[in-house]
Amino acid sequence: MTSIPSPEQLAPEEQPLYAPRKRVYPQAVRGPVRRVKWAVLILCLGLYYLLPWLRWDRGPGMPDQAVLVDMAQGRLFFFWLEIWPQEVYYLTGLLVLGAIAIFAATSVAGRVWCGFACPQTVWTDLFMLVERWIEGDRNARMRRDRKKVWSWEDRGRKAAKHAAWLFIAQATGGAWVNYFNDAPTLFLQFLHVEVPLGVLGCMALFTFTTYLLAGWAREQVCTYMCPWPRFQSAMLDADSFVVAYRAWRGETRGKAKDPKAGDCVDCGACVHACPTGVDIRDGYQMGCIGCGLCIDACDDIMRKLGRAPGLIAFETDVNLAASAAATSALPPGEARLAPGMAARRIPRLIRPRSLMYAGVACVVAALMVFGLATRQEVALDVLRDRQPVYVRLSDGGIRNGYALKLSDRRHASAQLAVQVEGLPRGASWQVLDGPGLDAAGRPLVATQADGVAEWRLLVTLPAAALPPAESTPVTIRLLPPGGGHALASSATVFLRPKP
Amino acid sequence: MANAPERDAHSGTTTTGHEWDGLKELNTPLPTWWLWTFYATIAFSLLWLVLYPALPFTGTGLLGSIARQEADADHAARIAAAEPMLARLRQAELPEILADAELRAYAIAGGRTAFGNSCAGCHGAGGQGAAGGFPSLADDDWLWGGRLAEIEQTIRHGIRAPDDAETRLSQMPRFLADGMLTAAQVGDVAEHVLSLSGRGTDAAAAARGASLFAENCVACHGERGEGNRELGAPSLADAVWLYGGDRASVARSISYARAGVMPAWGARLDPAVIRMLVVYLHSLGGTEGQ
Repeated sequence: MTSIPSPEQLAPEEQPLYAPRKRVYPQAVRGPVRRVKWAVLILCLGLYYLLPWLRWDRGPGMPDQAVLVDMAQGRLFFFWLEIWPQEVYYLTGLLVLGAIAIFAATSVAGRVWCGFACPQTVWTDLFMLVERWIEGDRNARMRRDRKKVWSWEDRGRKAAKHAAWLFIAQATGGAWVNYFNDAPTLFLQFLHVEVPLGVLGCMALFTFTTYLLAGWAREQVCTYMCPWPRFQSAMLDADSFVVAYRAWRGETRGKAKDPKAGDCVDCGACVHACPTGVDIRDGYQMGCIGCGLCIDACDDIMRKLGRAPGLIAFETDVNLAASAAATSALPPGEARLAPGMAARRIPRLIRPRSLMYAGVACVVAALMVFGLATRQEVALDVLRDRQPVYVRLSDGGIRNGYALKLSDRRHASAQLAVQVEGLPRGASWQVLDGPGLDAAGRPLVATQADGVAEWRLLVTLPAAALPPAESTPVTIRLLPPGGGHALASSATVFLRPKP
Repeated sequence: MANAPERDAHSGTTTTGHEWDGLKELNTPLPTWWLWTFYATIAFSLLWLVLYPALPFTGTGLLGSIARQEADADHAARIAAAEPMLARLRQAELPEILADAELRAYAIAGGRTAFGNSCAGCHGAGGQGAAGGFPSLADDDWLWGGRLAEIEQTIRHGIRAPDDAETRLSQMPRFLADGMLTAAQVGDVAEHVLSLSGRGTDAAAAARGASLFAENCVACHGERGEGNRELGAPSLADAVWLYGGDRASVARSISYARAGVMPAWGARLDPAVIRMLVVYLHSLGGTEGQ
């Protein structure tokens, strides 16, 4: 019987160009970190699946879904907010805010986003939970996968697992399309088997990617696809909390009964629990997503051995170094625990790096709040005619044409009077095919409820009243009929030929 | 095995065995699934080659896709989609179109495109006209009438269009070229014409020109040069001059006459398109009611 050589045993020329995947079989753990992760998972998934079903009354004719991306009408509804396509900078702001918030969190507490709230982590956690329920824990799964021939039970469990995964994946895709359609209507369409093809396509895509990424790709996404682990170290420093093995306490590893050994008994529980298959005792590394499950696994072992927990913990580099310095002269084992822990200092959460990230986040948030608070309900855009820039009339007067674009977010149409300011006495203006004049003789325009209306404004100056300058600054205002405070205004110019 | 690969002491990773000036390359291979993803993209491209017309001399590909036919079908579908609106435009009277916001907006948008296709060559992209006899359509000075119905008539039948019996037609005599006036008399008439818009400088010449104007010009241009739209005679008393309002240009117009032309579009454009053109011209602001 010939044995298959491992890649390391091959001659350099014979080494494979591609690395076979090392299968990871994470072991179930219990403990406070795991409980927090379950809570975050329930919160995230609950939000994701249920948010589209939340109703929000916006009045007649408007969608009553609290969160809805209405592609056909070009509207993004978010509770009381209604974002129009030209305001996509709010979305940009939200993404910038999200990125900086992650930077800030990372500078303080390492990759908490990766370990707790990233969709890849949340869905993979859910898929692993299902896998554990159906296929058993680490050892059972490893045993099954090593078998040359699967029994009918093995096959049944594998099939059941994939069916359950596909069901979750399908529900994920099904929830995604709810953000772009009215959820109850779409549900009824499902019941009547009359779902639009585009919706089905989207669902199929998200079903497939969820199944692939959370079921099959898992840690490969974090280590090979995601760019974040490659540059997250730029946000970390020696004062950041990261998942760390207290080598000063654990080394030298040895048997539990060995009096010369440290606290680490080399049981491998931390490695077995790791969803990405890394050994945290090698130090902080790119494969570590900061989920902290190894902390729970190690604490469990320490408790059983009657030793203090916290051999692996969220810890800063500064404290690791301080503890190591304080205990280097002491013998390994219990003697090191008290002085090592005493050498730790309260971590500096507030430092230039974290302050800067938090500050930038606050500035962006303040800008967005300011933008939203001062947002005009009626906005006026004036586009001057460029061809021709002016029209000479038969009596020698000069006329300029303007396109008025009125966007009105309010849900009812309204009439507004047009006021042109900045021109000499004698100027007159009219709105083509407008709804009439107000009491003061100003032309009226009617806004389009929840939309954009366009009108043409013609401004005329008689020959005698023409100003000497070629260009005269003009302000166009929209007033309530009869006068009052302007709802919107826009600056432009009135042009005349060279005198 | 012949040579066990060298292992890098620092990282614990094997090396590829390659060495440059003492630097050795670590062997950190990509995962296998990555390789298979790469193969899948190659398979995809091969499938694409066969399905679509990508290879020379193989016709249309298995899907029978011909880009030109698809574009034609797309074009036809768009025309068909526009037909209900075009039918409404053909049936509605012009005032109805202006009163209906949806129809009006559609007509202005369509008219702008049609104007760019058929009219902008002479009248300018925004209807501003051009020097040398291409009138502005945005001002309030109209040779043949500025009411919408009159404009529609002009577009449909053109001006001096040879192939249209109902075309707009006017003829001014070539007073100098045909020997009806002498060069000096033309100068006097030009002086009188300038004085009609208050720009005269030689009162004696203007007075001589006035009697010649009364004999030769008032029949069409009116006593005070106010023009006559029935005959297509322009006003000579306003600030708009189609062929230039300076003394030399006016004298040249009297001497040799002017006769601009415009094609008759009735036979070339859909009635709905002509309607849209009229509504678009109305949106320029110079028209004079229905």
